[in-house]
Amino acid sequence: MNDTPTDRTLRLGIDVGGTNTDAVVLDADDEPLAKTKTPTTEDITTGILNALDDVLEASGTTPGEISYVMLGTTHATNAIAERRGLNEVGVLRIGAPATESIRPLLEWPDDLAAAIGDNWAILDGGHEFDGRELNALDEAQVREHVREFLEAGVDAFAVTSVFSPVREDHEERVAEIVREEARAAGLGDADGDPLPISLSNEIGSVGLLERENATTMNAALTSVAAEAATAFVEAMDERGVEAALYFGQNDGTLMSVDYALEYPIFTVASGPSNSVRGAAYLSDVENGIVVDVGGTTTDVGAVTDGFPRESSVAVEIGEVKTNFRMPDLISIAVGGGSIVRPAGADGGEGVEAAGEDGGAARAAVDDATDDADAAEAADVADELAVPAVAVGPESVGYRLTEEARCFGGETTTATDVEVAAGAVDVGPVVPEIDDATIAGARATIRERVERAVDRMKTSAADVPVVVVGGGSILVPEDLAGASEVYTPDHYEVANAVGVAIAQVSGEVDRIYSLDEQSRDEAMADARRQATENAVAAGADPDTVEVVDVEEVPLSYLPGNAVRIKLKTAGELER
Amino acid sequence: MSGGGPDRTLVDAGTIEEIALGATVLGTGGGGDPHVGKLVARQAIEEHGPVELLDPADLDDDAFVVPTAQMGAPTVSVEKLPGGDEAVAALERVEAAVGREADATMPIECGGINSTFPFAVAARRGLPVVDADGMGRAFPELHHETFNVYGVDGTPAAVADERGDTCLLETGDNERLEWLARGITVRMGGVAYVSDYPMSGREVRETAIHGTMSLAREIGAAVRAADGDVTGAIREATAGSSYGAAETLFEGKIVDVERRTRRGFVVGHVDVAGLGPDEGRTMTVEFQNENLGARVRDAAGTGPETGTDAVGTDSGAGTDAVGTDPGTGTDADDWEWLATVPDLLTVLDRETGDPIPTERLRYGARVRVLGIPTPEIMRTDAALDVWGPRTFGLDTDFVPVTDPGAGAGPEPGSGPGPGGERA
Repeated sequence: MNDTPTDRTLRLGIDVGGTNTDAVVLDADDEPLAKTKTPTTEDITTGILNALDDVLEASGTTPGEISYVMLGTTHATNAIAERRGLNEVGVLRIGAPATESIRPLLEWPDDLAAAIGDNWAILDGGHEFDGRELNALDEAQVREHVREFLEAGVDAFAVTSVFSPVREDHEERVAEIVREEARAAGLGDADGDPLPISLSNEIGSVGLLERENATTMNAALTSVAAEAATAFVEAMDERGVEAALYFGQNDGTLMSVDYALEYPIFTVASGPSNSVRGAAYLSDVENGIVVDVGGTTTDVGAVTDGFPRESSVAVEIGEVKTNFRMPDLISIAVGGGSIVRPAGADGGEGVEAAGEDGGAARAAVDDATDDADAAEAADVADELAVPAVAVGPESVGYRLTEEARCFGGETTTATDVEVAAGAVDVGPVVPEIDDATIAGARATIRERVERAVDRMKTSAADVPVVVVGGGSILVPEDLAGASEVYTPDHYEVANAVGVAIAQVSGEVDRIYSLDEQSRDEAMADARRQATENAVAAGADPDTVEVVDVEEVPLSYLPGNAVRIKLKTAGELER
Repeated sequence: MSGGGPDRTLVDAGTIEEIALGATVLGTGGGGDPHVGKLVARQAIEEHGPVELLDPADLDDDAFVVPTAQMGAPTVSVEKLPGGDEAVAALERVEAAVGREADATMPIECGGINSTFPFAVAARRGLPVVDADGMGRAFPELHHETFNVYGVDGTPAAVADERGDTCLLETGDNERLEWLARGITVRMGGVAYVSDYPMSGREVRETAIHGTMSLAREIGAAVRAADGDVTGAIREATAGSSYGAAETLFEGKIVDVERRTRRGFVVGHVDVAGLGPDEGRTMTVEFQNENLGARVRDAAGTGPETGTDAVGTDSGAGTDAVGTDPGTGTDADDWEWLATVPDLLTVLDRETGDPIPTERLRYGARVRVLGIPTPEIMRTDAALDVWGPRTFGLDTDFVPVTDPGAGAGPEPGSGPGPGGERA
């Protein structure tokens, strides 16, 4: 498997999106040799194979020359959204007598809780913020509940102990007991875990409910992850690609297939992270804003030292609050397929009507920032003295090639506006659109993108803006707030490039008491653990560097408690 | 939603959602995340049934009311969730010390987490909750109470944790109560549950801010039902209350946020560059956990050319300064205080209307700064001695939010809104 000479090392990046499966082949210097965009297929594997065949042919390479394959996928996200293929989970919370006033899964939608079996228990144990024991772990009690859940037929366990980001001992011990009991029940064999066990300290940070939710979802997703991994591995085997395989994760770095099998929750939302990384790489912009224009939505994210900036607010997945790592992102309902409504006479009515249904079709990751479309369009129109034109939120999506006027369809889309304006040549038809509508639609899009860009900035200064994605043409080159607008080569496959060039990372997020150690010792400990995590995920130890440190003193506590979040990243071991 | 008798008002899980939402508006940017308090109350009500909300006017003079609350570090309160019996144990410790069973419990604070917490205690103990509190908003410390202002002894008070440990406190001074309880809270793991200011029905009637749970509920219900116009919904809900009608003080974009930790509190300010009607003006909101005061000046903020921001208008257009000391502390004398504690200042997302807590304020957000005038009981000289702007280090006397209803108020339909009848 590793007999390919290093100077022949090619990387293949594949991004499976809702509409398209993109692929790119990078040479040893990470320069793109070939790229493709093919429709995503129902079974995913076929789409991956099609994309693979395309790029291999276009680049004139053989499967044997590919040493690394990186896959970004929405598999896990879809499984949660559709409640499909989820494991039954035994949810063990360790923290009684504290925490009993809010039971696990209390906030979950009933159908999602039912889909994972609704098995939970709150058991004695857990720690205080300073590492003292909150309560002793009652092993007999743990054993009893583990047996009960095994008899009920759970497929996986999720273990969350109070303040496990400070002290993980109780979670580790519970995991051992689960293993013992599962083996005693005849599951698995002597090696490895007899069934998947997700520990919260490996998944989330302080904030019990959100961490427990993320851990429980992770446990629910391991079968789906195995399915995706199998499809991925088989697709590569089928074409004779004998490469090391990786999955992209939501912080823009990679994990090995083995790691993805254990932590599938981290593949959720890897798409936006990949586009941020890809955009940074293709444009050489390490700090700035990335605008990724798709068919239905535009994601606006921030890149900090080459990595996506993470969200500081709890992120909801499948209507459940989680606190795990997610890129900070604003999704606005503007894309190449967005439906453009030329307003009647002076704008009033048409725009109002468009706004009515504006709330319904909200973008998936959106935290409600793209609303008030109609009022906004009218505001913009007032300010710029152009006619009010509504753009989106409805989109023709992947039916662009049938429904858009430039392809002979009936619907005026944002793409049609640019074709009519002569800015781009797409499809066989050049639709007739009056200048006022073109100006109005462009003004609406400009205002919305500028606003999103401005919201993502951390200071008033102008910053570089990198525009990627299939619909890049929609974004004007003279955006307010931008020091420069880049549309790099290969912008349309930035996602696939992003996952192909990604590094592997490790992270630590925990509370240290500076009474027991100096700040330097605490930092060194965090660095050591984050490095270990990165190496465990496949990084070459010699290349691992600290890429992000955040230190937060805790209010209302004695002055010596500090929360340290530290992330490291390194090159893949070659 | 009303229960057996004509005067009985029951609070169920749905009502708790509304109270929690309203409490984020009344929390003025702080008070802790109501999420945990809401879930605790929701589960307790699911297990034990709905809770009666009692009008303070209906309390017997000699009824015995024992408030309950959570205190401590927000970081810990989202991790070490309550067991559920702690506040009940604190309340029972006070009962034992006084030698009398409580007839009701009540919140000491109507903003943030503590607005909903007493409903869990009430559900477990089968007690009603008095529709009133002692802060009328959120404040950081236990002596920031009208009970304290108007002479109620904070003790005997009890502090409890999830292990069942309790401490009984007897002090003659409510600031010492705060100081001692805070220390015990740290030993108990950073979060504890307190029961203090045990009172007679008459004392509650005379010293508490009445109707604040109903107000929170009405604000929450109005915000939920608001079809886009959240500010209008809040204005309508407050107009019919003992508080004045909410008023938009400023609209703009956050151009700077500064925070630091001082004595365990998060202290700082946020600068907002005006948009729309406030174009060319700048507002600064000072905060210490909660928002403390807002002042403006007729000059564009530091933030240059971003999109809609017009630059220029450097000349103070000579707006009259309100009759207070000009704001010092910042560079110029042309700052005008628009409102200070104890009046409520809440920062809302300009588009969605969601209240933004101080820890989530950040550059670029489009916001609307809302002022809500407080009832007279919170604005007396005695009250201002406890929580006036100077007690928080602001160099100004109290500046009230002007109630537009009092002047040439275009404020029709100021009766109770859609959720008109009491919660």
